[in-house]
Amino acid sequence: MRLKNVFATRWGIISIGLFIGVFAALLQKWGNPGNMGICVACFERDIAGALGLHRAGVVQYIRPEIIGFVIGSLIAAYLFKEYRPRLGSAPIVRFVLGVFAMIGALVFLGCPWRAALRLAGGDGNAILGLLGLILGIWIGTLFLKKGYNLGRTQATHAAAGWMLPLIMLGFLALLIAFPQIEGQNRSGVLFYSLKGPGFMHAPLLISLGVGLAIGFLAQRSRFCTMGAWRDFILFRQTHLLSGFIALVVAAFVTNLIVGQFHPGFKEQPVAHTMHIWNFAGMALSGLAFALAGGCPGRQLFLSGEGDGDAAVFVLGMIVGAGFAHNFGLASSPKGVGPYGIEAVIIGLIVCLFIGFTMRKGSKI
Amino acid sequence: MSTKVDARGLSCPQPVLMTIDEIKAGAASEIEILVDTETSKENVSRAATSQGWKVANVSEEGNEYTISIKKD
Repeated sequence: MRLKNVFATRWGIISIGLFIGVFAALLQKWGNPGNMGICVACFERDIAGALGLHRAGVVQYIRPEIIGFVIGSLIAAYLFKEYRPRLGSAPIVRFVLGVFAMIGALVFLGCPWRAALRLAGGDGNAILGLLGLILGIWIGTLFLKKGYNLGRTQATHAAAGWMLPLIMLGFLALLIAFPQIEGQNRSGVLFYSLKGPGFMHAPLLISLGVGLAIGFLAQRSRFCTMGAWRDFILFRQTHLLSGFIALVVAAFVTNLIVGQFHPGFKEQPVAHTMHIWNFAGMALSGLAFALAGGCPGRQLFLSGEGDGDAAVFVLGMIVGAGFAHNFGLASSPKGVGPYGIEAVIIGLIVCLFIGFTMRKGSKI
Repeated sequence: MSTKVDARGLSCPQPVLMTIDEIKAGAASEIEILVDTETSKENVSRAATSQGWKVANVSEEGNEYTISIKKD
């Protein structure tokens, strides 16, 4: 008989929410960008930049938090005998969903994690983003109720589940082998930022340590910022939602204490005020996350416990970041990119196509 | 009457949706749900309890769990 998983209880999920909220706010104090203590989408975008998959100079850095999320979850999964190598549930669809989830997030300028942190930092634009997120997830639940399903996974080799964790360890090795050289935007094979969000980061060991701790705890508690709303909408269950709310409250209180709370809509860090596109970008992301079964954080934690389909979603997001910046889809503090609006519309059409066609009894 | 739900290989919320569908169908007073992750086990148990059902037994074989739930 195994020990009961205390983190799967109500207090367990609330504690992890509080932990993430406090440490996300502190990571900002320690060097991460404003209201971006942790942003899974932004950080994967920065990784794409560091690798040269896009060449937006201000967002290039291998973020150790992301590495920590995957490896922390892997350690927890092994320790508690929950490592389950599995894959084969429509990986190409998950890749496409990952691409558009990232594009939607970069039109808003943040994933659900950052939407929560932006709200906790006083950024009113986050309200539009969160409303969009909830709308997107609500549309996703309609598909789920109609039998939307990407099919069953199959058990696979333990080593197959190691692929994304190994890729992450590879990124860590690159970061250590080619550290940033002051005043230079390249070090070995990696690109670095000389200004902007990519230049702002907490010290490597702190970022990695917090990432590992969150990865470990989130694997135990199943923390998910999309599931929070999905389960509430579908089943009126508030379990995961209480973790999400705990995150916002903890980050808000920590921001107040360390002087990082600045209420308003204008001139918020790494944010724009085009309300419709903040809303629609996040609606696209929310729908893509709902169809893929997890927020970007959860996809990293699932990857750590051996889920190869979640790993494909993560790679989709990293590639999506490349498209978003190379094609001028990503927003900047000035507003949406030149083709951002078209990308959101195309993304919504693609997600609706997936939702309508991939369900039980579908002939297509 | 007892029925079986095979939710192996499916990720949440599918196992929960399938369980609740079966509960709402109203034909069975006892349902056995097969899942293959700890998370699904927890979620299905939580959902059954919230529907007013009781988790009668959870058995584990290899990497699979059979959750037996009963109308309370």
